[in-house]
Amino acid sequence: MSLLEISGLSISYPGSAAVLDRLSFVIEKGESLGLVGESGSGKTQTALAIMGLLPTNARVAGGVVFDGTELLGQPERMLNLYRTRRMGIVFQDPMSALNPYVRIGAQLNRILLEHGLASDDEADSRSLEMLRLVGLPDVERQFRSYPHQLSGGMRQRVMIAAALIGKPDLLIADEPTTALDVTVQAQILGLLRGLRHEFNTALLLITHDLGVVAGNCERMIVLKDGKLIEEGMTPQIFAEPVHPVTRAMLAAARRSDFLARSHERTPKDQTPVLEIEGLAVSYAVPGERRSRKRLPAVQQLTMTIAPGETVALVGESGSGKTSLARAIVGLLPVQSGSMVLLGKPLTGRVESRPNALRRAVQMVFQDPVGSLNPAMRVDDIITEPLTVHEPDKIKANKDEVVAAMLRRVGLDDALKKRFPHELSGGQAQRVAIARALVLKPKILICDEAVAALDGSIRQDILELLRAEQQQSGLSLLFITHDLTTVRQISHRVLVMYLGRLCELADTESLFMRPKHPYTKALLDAVPIADPAIGIIVASDLGEAPSMLQPPSGCAFHPRCPYSISRCSEELPELQDFKKSSAACHRAAELAL
Amino acid sequence: MNAGLVLSRIWKEIRRSRSITICGGILVFIAALAVLGPLISPHSYLTTDFDGRFIEPTLNNFHIFGTDDLGRDLFVRTLMGGQITLLVAVIASFVSLVIGVAYGAVAGYVGGHIDAIMMRAVDALYALPFIFLVILLMVVFERNFLLIFVAIGAINWLDMARIVRGQTISLKQREFVDAAKLIGVPAWRIIFRHITPNLLGVVIVYVTLTIPQAILVESFLSFLGLGVQEPQTSLGALVNGGVRQMEQAPWMLLIPAVLLAVVLLCFNFLGDGLRDVFDPRQEAK
Amino acid sequence: MLRFALLRLLWAIPTLLLVIVLAFLMVHAAPGGPFDAERALPPEIEANIARAYHLDEALPQQFARYLGGVLRGDFGPSYRYRDYSVSELIGNAIPVSMKLGALAMALAVLVGISLGTLAALRQNSALDRLMMGLAMTGISIPVFVIAPLFILFFAVKLQWLPASWSGSTSAWRLLLPVVALALPQIAYIARLTRASMIEVLGSDFIRTARAQGLGTAAIIRYHAMKPAMLPVLSYMGPAIAAILTGSVVVEEIFGIPGVGQFFVRGALNRDYTLVLGIVIFYAALVILLNLIVDVLYGFLDPRIRHR
Repeated sequence: MSLLEISGLSISYPGSAAVLDRLSFVIEKGESLGLVGESGSGKTQTALAIMGLLPTNARVAGGVVFDGTELLGQPERMLNLYRTRRMGIVFQDPMSALNPYVRIGAQLNRILLEHGLASDDEADSRSLEMLRLVGLPDVERQFRSYPHQLSGGMRQRVMIAAALIGKPDLLIADEPTTALDVTVQAQILGLLRGLRHEFNTALLLITHDLGVVAGNCERMIVLKDGKLIEEGMTPQIFAEPVHPVTRAMLAAARRSDFLARSHERTPKDQTPVLEIEGLAVSYAVPGERRSRKRLPAVQQLTMTIAPGETVALVGESGSGKTSLARAIVGLLPVQSGSMVLLGKPLTGRVESRPNALRRAVQMVFQDPVGSLNPAMRVDDIITEPLTVHEPDKIKANKDEVVAAMLRRVGLDDALKKRFPHELSGGQAQRVAIARALVLKPKILICDEAVAALDGSIRQDILELLRAEQQQSGLSLLFITHDLTTVRQISHRVLVMYLGRLCELADTESLFMRPKHPYTKALLDAVPIADPAIGIIVASDLGEAPSMLQPPSGCAFHPRCPYSISRCSEELPELQDFKKSSAACHRAAELAL
Repeated sequence: MNAGLVLSRIWKEIRRSRSITICGGILVFIAALAVLGPLISPHSYLTTDFDGRFIEPTLNNFHIFGTDDLGRDLFVRTLMGGQITLLVAVIASFVSLVIGVAYGAVAGYVGGHIDAIMMRAVDALYALPFIFLVILLMVVFERNFLLIFVAIGAINWLDMARIVRGQTISLKQREFVDAAKLIGVPAWRIIFRHITPNLLGVVIVYVTLTIPQAILVESFLSFLGLGVQEPQTSLGALVNGGVRQMEQAPWMLLIPAVLLAVVLLCFNFLGDGLRDVFDPRQEAK
Repeated sequence: MLRFALLRLLWAIPTLLLVIVLAFLMVHAAPGGPFDAERALPPEIEANIARAYHLDEALPQQFARYLGGVLRGDFGPSYRYRDYSVSELIGNAIPVSMKLGALAMALAVLVGISLGTLAALRQNSALDRLMMGLAMTGISIPVFVIAPLFILFFAVKLQWLPASWSGSTSAWRLLLPVVALALPQIAYIARLTRASMIEVLGSDFIRTARAQGLGTAAIIRYHAMKPAMLPVLSYMGPAIAAILTGSVVVEEIFGIPGVGQFFVRGALNRDYTLVLGIVIFYAALVILLNLIVDVLYGFLDPRIRHR
């Protein structure tokens, strides 16, 4: 008998198409199954159906048989016998999934007490033991902490502890690492692998990232629009995908495996459009106004962008990438250092800059819908820059401009009277790009501009940006945490850690011969979409320290496996190598 | 034009809501009756008739709501009272709207220390038992209409200011405002084209919810004999008169009380329905 | 946490001072003195009265004298009840007002929260709709309408309960006033509890708790109650003010000799010192209770507490 048998599971909601359509699969005891699909494919609905957590207005048909018992349609009281003791679940966002008003320890104790797994006296020690098992440091203190006092990775460890505390037979992990930085993701996935073997728990791992499946699941199924389209052993599917959608997903995931732009001549030798030297950006810490303590978001940053060049800016959350971008466009004040754009000094806030310079730098934001005014229609949004700068000209030929711009970003003319909330994410992002391009900027800054989009749409947008660049010689500053995207689009890469530049290199040499241990750690943490390679066991780096108390010397030294005493004492200078430069004392001697 | 677009979109959603249509309809009917009724009736709200005191509601001689202890026609008096109650409430709400929106939008848009100080002041005022100060004001000074508007408006602007400030801050942080700055949109245009149209919904909802509060305050003052003065009347004053005669002439209490409750109920339901249409939290979905 | 509480306390002092100044100035800006209402008095008597009440002093001096008195709990003599000081009048009236207010508040909180939670758990059921319809009605009927209707119905028509305070000595005479005073607050708190409970029950951490197999009772008690009560707690400030306001009317209608009744009588008789004293007393009470609510809020919400 299989541990879990899903048969003909269909879910629909009143007034919309089926979100899940006759899905069937099994999970055997102790096995790991990957459930892959893009957003809206029905992955999370499947997880909720198994746990009996679907909203009350969901219409469900089919069967969910757990260890011989049908769970669908069972009352809550009956399901509670299975939850925790037989199955547990880890959700995507560990911040909202933990109760912010209850201490970590109390939340774990409550589970034990409700299920009679421990007496009042034993609960504390059992919970502490579980927290130790998931690798939570300083357990006694964290036990008494509230969730907001923990970092994202630590919260996810707590979620895993809560899901495994009843030693269940099945653990469902729904995008458990999507909200986390890539180095933390590697640690959490490693933890899940270890615990699974220790507890002999079956794992249903839900993800959009084929790389995550490749290293963690023996078997996998692929969903598309609520239908199962592919099923099989992981290596087999990676080797010979049958369904065209699977093939396309794999192709997209593997673009990192070849250097898409390596053949292009890097345009970096020309006169740069933008030169930044010794830039520092900081802002006041909320709640610390009186102490005048300032958070150093960017320090001593020097870089250039050539015409027609794409520079990728990479780093974990809190590394200062976005602050740098906002300082360039003038949304954040510069503390010190200089910026030169098209040979003219770039200073002050955006409001005080001369028009020509302001037009030359535009930005595309992360949230496609949020960056468009909900009360304006597409045509007004696209032409607003011209309405402001050339009001007389635009009045005469607004329709032509709108039609031309929509065509240029690959949108249908029929969309021009829509409001932003009537657009899909990809369409909205194209409108945002059109609004930026209408001013004919020299530099386009993309702040995680494709992070919120699904695989195939992401590819289309990247393609659009690349085509635009080839036509108009636009320079791109591409901020991202996703190294796959970096490899596809950039000529050069700039790696930041805690506000400082670690490494600046040609894309190829960065991926092949990283010079900074942090770059190496980032690269190792990226899951590779190839089960044959298996898992590169990344060294457990822990998490980034707070910017408010940056470590002495090289900021990376507490997490660096190669650090020597000098690293904690002296700030490393940027050293130049053949195709890269790195700020590491040991860059010359290490072979990473 | 931009605000017009938003309004037309709002209008479409409003027509779909049953509670908004019904309550809006009742309120329009009551308002129309309050204005037209006294014109139709043969009686004046002033004329006393000592032979016709305490007449129960009857179709006879068109005393359909009966007469009061001075023989005045209650139909006309109730409608006159309704007129004044609605007028006071609407004007007072307008006062609180103007103060609240201006204060909240400035605090929210300017931000920083100025915002902190302005909001500290609002917090402090929140803790004040305003109603008692208003009563004191009414005791001390001549009771005139203007004072009532100002007093009620002064109580109710605090909520509006807080809400508008919160909305402004969250709008200011939205990426579309950053995007507008980058393409060179001047500050005034950002306020009028990007922030104000998105505030509209919230403001409409809270004005609707402010009106019943203003009605409550006015009728409370009038009930205590500190608001609208004889021979003028308002629903609160009529209830007060009704309480004194309730054993002898219960209709004197019941009719204005029911009308007051219906008006308040409709405004509250209306505000609730509008909130469902506009809730900023729903917008996020 | 202690800093937070102290900071709040520090803010309360200027707030109260502001009320005292405002109220004091208002009374002194009044057209005409308090004693020239009925008939003209000989000038020497007027001067005597003025001296007796220190009305001949400059305004700042008068204020300093008054403030000093207030700090010692002395609000000066009543202008109308010549044999009593304002403090005595308030002091005598406090116990019954307190009993009325505290009982109404307790009733409103207990019943309101219970009904609201029940409605949230049965969201969109017939019971929920009925309760919320009633609650909306409850909010929309002012206390000064409910109270006379209660008297008309329960005392005059059915004769179950005494209509007025002086007509009875049994504890039952408190029932109608307390219920009339509590009713709008019950309705408001029930609606607030329902809305916030529904929002909390829809949050991700409640889904987590369900996934952990906790029963409904445990989820409500250990996970949902605290966050759902925060909006209710922050309504306690306005609720206290509303109960105080309502008590003025209820005491007047039922003839209860409490602070509220003295307030109304004082207001209608232009007894300035009495009204001024009661306004300051009410302000101090509201500010104090708000302070307690604020500190309690900070205590319940860990994200504020750790600031």
